[in-house]
Amino acid sequence: MRLNLTVNGERRRADDVWEGESLLYVLRERLGLPGSKNACEQGECGSCTVYLDEVPACACLVAAGQAEDREVRTVEGLADGDTLDPVQQSFVDSGAVQCGFCTPGLVVAAHDLLRREPDPSDEEIREALAGNLCRCTGYEKILDAVHAAADAR
Amino acid sequence: MEFVRPDTLEEALAAKAERPGAVPLAGGTDVMVELNYDHRRPEALLDLTRIAELATWSASGGHVRLGAGVPYTRLIDELGDTLPGLAMASRTVGSPQIRNRGTVGGNLGAASPAGDTHPVLLAAGAEIEVASVRGVRRIPAEEFYTGVKRNALAADELITAVHLPTEAAPAEQFSKVGTRNAMVIAVCSFALVLRDGHVGAAIGSAAPTPRRVPDAEAFLAAELPWGTDAPLLDSLKRRFGELVAAATEPIDDVRGTAEYRTHALGVLARRTLTWAWDDHRGSVRACA
Repeated sequence: MRLNLTVNGERRRADDVWEGESLLYVLRERLGLPGSKNACEQGECGSCTVYLDEVPACACLVAAGQAEDREVRTVEGLADGDTLDPVQQSFVDSGAVQCGFCTPGLVVAAHDLLRREPDPSDEEIREALAGNLCRCTGYEKILDAVHAAADAR
Repeated sequence: MEFVRPDTLEEALAAKAERPGAVPLAGGTDVMVELNYDHRRPEALLDLTRIAELATWSASGGHVRLGAGVPYTRLIDELGDTLPGLAMASRTVGSPQIRNRGTVGGNLGAASPAGDTHPVLLAAGAEIEVASVRGVRRIPAEEFYTGVKRNALAADELITAVHLPTEAAPAEQFSKVGTRNAMVIAVCSFALVLRDGHVGAAIGSAAPTPRRVPDAEAFLAAELPWGTDAPLLDSLKRRFGELVAAATEPIDDVRGTAEYRTHALGVLARRTLTWAWDDHRGSVRACA
């Protein structure tokens, strides 16, 4: 089937989409946006977190057809040109990245948290990021990064 | 596979009647996992996320009609005070991303013995509204779960809403055992609703279906010092826990052993009783 949707503010079209395909597959394999990562494919890890109509969701659990005419914002859509979003810059500055695989999902989830709660507590950050798994840095630097981003905004 | 995308409930019911094998798809938190892992290849997917009326709720006269497609996040934000037990269970579902998409309708469609909202729906005396081209009917929650991942839906029916009674001063509690606070499928779970001399109590993930525990309910209804703010005797809490544990019919699986589930449910029953009775005492004092 053909899929029409808006991704990072641009109208996009994908053809020959399989009816059981996920939005994540469309983003990565058909639209050339590999920022959202494919790991667990069951909503456990949060690596594929994107905004769907401004609500964070695991792109692996959204059927491609459900995104027809919807607006998707991926990690690639957070920066303003060459200027990183404060959340992205804080992850860099705080060393909240090791292998980097979980980073895009964490950045989107943290970005959403700071829109809702500009100055979150540790508990609020832990709760908001509970659906994003990191298997190498541990979470302390990530907490630091979210606090730093809150301060920078 | 076909992807069917109705804009109205009427279109969805017509599509389901025409293709009973079509799998309803809302938040995708169960169905998409089965597709991604090649466990299921239905003839069609029936996307329900465009049907506006499924994603609404209304409250009137001590009653809430919750549309089957309202995501958990909205249920928690918009109905947390009105339906505290259901909101508590909803907060334990998955993660923020999962709660943004998952729905009570989806929980009911999957009918997993471990589904988080089932014990609350049973304890609260909820009714499940289902519809087909033949009409609308309501199924009491206790008749809805018919087996492991099986429910009372006919092949042409869709879940449209859940009807729940509400209380001015609710005494409702839910608790769940898991290995961490997020992204946990229940090892076991328990819900308790106290209402004017009536007790609803139900267990999850400890029998082939979520189920009420009638002996434990009857014991509490008879023994609680209703209308007072007296604390409960330990012997009463203990007996309630024993009756709940006796009603379990669990299995050993990767999440826990049958023995552990039975033990843990006795503990959850005692604790939730203490919390729910505290709610009740608070409302008695507020009226005094």
